[in-house]
Amino acid sequence: MSIAEAITSGDASLLPSRRDEDWRWTDLRGLIRQMPAASPEGRPWAWESALAGQVDMEVGVVNGRGASDLEVAAGEEKFVAWRFLSTAEAGAHNAELWVSVGEGAKLTLVESYEGAAGGYLANTVVNIRLAKGAKVERVVFAADHAEGVSVVDASVELAAGAVYAQTVLTHGARRQRIETRVAHPGAHAQARLDGAYLLEGQHNADLTTVVEHQGVDGVTTQLTKGVVRDQSRGVFQGRIVVAKGADHTDARMGHHALILSDKAEIDAKPELLIFADDVQCAHGNTVGALDEDALFYAEQRGMPEDLARALLTAAFVGEVIERIEHDAVREAAQAWAAQRLEV
Amino acid sequence: MLSISNLRAEVDGNEILKGLSLDVPAGEVHAIMGPNGAGKSTLSYVLTGRDGYEVTGGTATLDGEDLLSLDPAERAAKGMFLSFQYPLEIPGVPALTFIRTAMNAQRKARGEPEVSAPEFLKLAKATAASLKIDFDMLKRALNVGFSGGEKKRMEIFQMAMLSPRFLILDETDSGLDIDALKIVSDGVNAMRSPDRAMLVITHYQRLLDYIKPDRVHVLSAGRIAESGGPELAHELEREGYDKYARAA
Repeated sequence: MSIAEAITSGDASLLPSRRDEDWRWTDLRGLIRQMPAASPEGRPWAWESALAGQVDMEVGVVNGRGASDLEVAAGEEKFVAWRFLSTAEAGAHNAELWVSVGEGAKLTLVESYEGAAGGYLANTVVNIRLAKGAKVERVVFAADHAEGVSVVDASVELAAGAVYAQTVLTHGARRQRIETRVAHPGAHAQARLDGAYLLEGQHNADLTTVVEHQGVDGVTTQLTKGVVRDQSRGVFQGRIVVAKGADHTDARMGHHALILSDKAEIDAKPELLIFADDVQCAHGNTVGALDEDALFYAEQRGMPEDLARALLTAAFVGEVIERIEHDAVREAAQAWAAQRLEV
Repeated sequence: MLSISNLRAEVDGNEILKGLSLDVPAGEVHAIMGPNGAGKSTLSYVLTGRDGYEVTGGTATLDGEDLLSLDPAERAAKGMFLSFQYPLEIPGVPALTFIRTAMNAQRKARGEPEVSAPEFLKLAKATAASLKIDFDMLKRALNVGFSGGEKKRMEIFQMAMLSPRFLILDETDSGLDIDALKIVSDGVNAMRSPDRAMLVITHYQRLLDYIKPDRVHVLSAGRIAESGGPELAHELEREGYDKYARAA
């Protein structure tokens, strides 16, 4: 089973289906009966982001075609935007990005997924390797088209003392899966894997993460928040594995979602698989409506119900966005959330 | 000012207020005392319009204007303020943001211009100082991780900032040590004025040593069972609520 192979060969039977445990809530095989043809070449468009012009480098990959390597040399510092664009109507394409960050180097990577037309199947593989003491902050703005199908599969490899921080922001698509797998050596390396999904209409989004702690003294923190309206559907799958001997691992995972409509759905599967003895691990998962007591409190102070709801919802998501370290990126993320949460 | 007549209300089909009548004229402080379950908190929620508290009869007006047909925010804009027994934690919203949003919403409802940022900050700083609230605390998410006493102090802070006309204090003394009780009471007393009135709901007489009421009412079984001067509070402290419970 591989999406890349399915796209190259045109064989839809290779797509993951609900029979694959990790894909049971994002059944691509059931959705795509026949593979679309390979996407043609396309033209990029201007980046609609306040960050355009602020980054050191902006790269556009259109329908799977374009640059695929990003290297930050030891000691260097870079602020880069990597845009994956899908122009094709009913086309399928693969894209790949290799990121290598040298010893002590620092990278802020803004990744965007943008769809101009619907009907595409985009599959993107991202490989990120951090050398000793390297620092990466990756923020994904997934702005796929409502009718698009998009899968992003990132593999992250950390060396000792490396710091990897990630925030995925999405409003979903027809089907969308954003997966991150982290190979964690322990050794005072740190991983932060955050996400926010704000869905409406019939959008779907699936945020899946797998962190494997392989050595002692590793830290992982995770906070994902979701808001679903209308008939949208959010999926969160978070797995943290602590291998035998990976003592003193400190891993914390939180997933909290608000369901703002009767027909919206959340499927969540937080998992901690711990094979070591001396660890600190915790996870929390809540799914519910806005707190009626808090709503009344805000209304009693003079906020009309709509305003109170908007304020509390924005605050709920704001907790994720506040954790973004890069100031300009955090502001762009705040603007993104404000636009999405407008009542 | 506040006039309640033959008010009946139920929660989940159970009648809690059973024909309650009460007048609180402008400039006065009235205390409502009573045993647990008498309907004290229900009265505060009915007056402020909380969902789930259904009025089945009677009237409540503020300066002659009907309150019961208004939603909670409209009542707040008219000047109703409830200091909660258990103030809510609002994660992700700094106290200052919360209060400014509330203040501007009230102003908008009254057709007044928004408060400017410098004007708001100046008022917040002066008010915080008078209530001995560290200004940095106001930049933190409202009530999150605050102690019981700090939360009550934040209620009084919000009250002073929003400058309501009618104040309801629901068990404001619970969770306060003597020092905090003094600060909170000073804050409340500073708001006494000829064009403002207060309803102080309390189980114990202690708070009334600090916030001196003009009138004391005993609420029992959903009605005012007795009314009197401040001495009634002392009598209740000595004798308890037993006789009202028996009468009910």
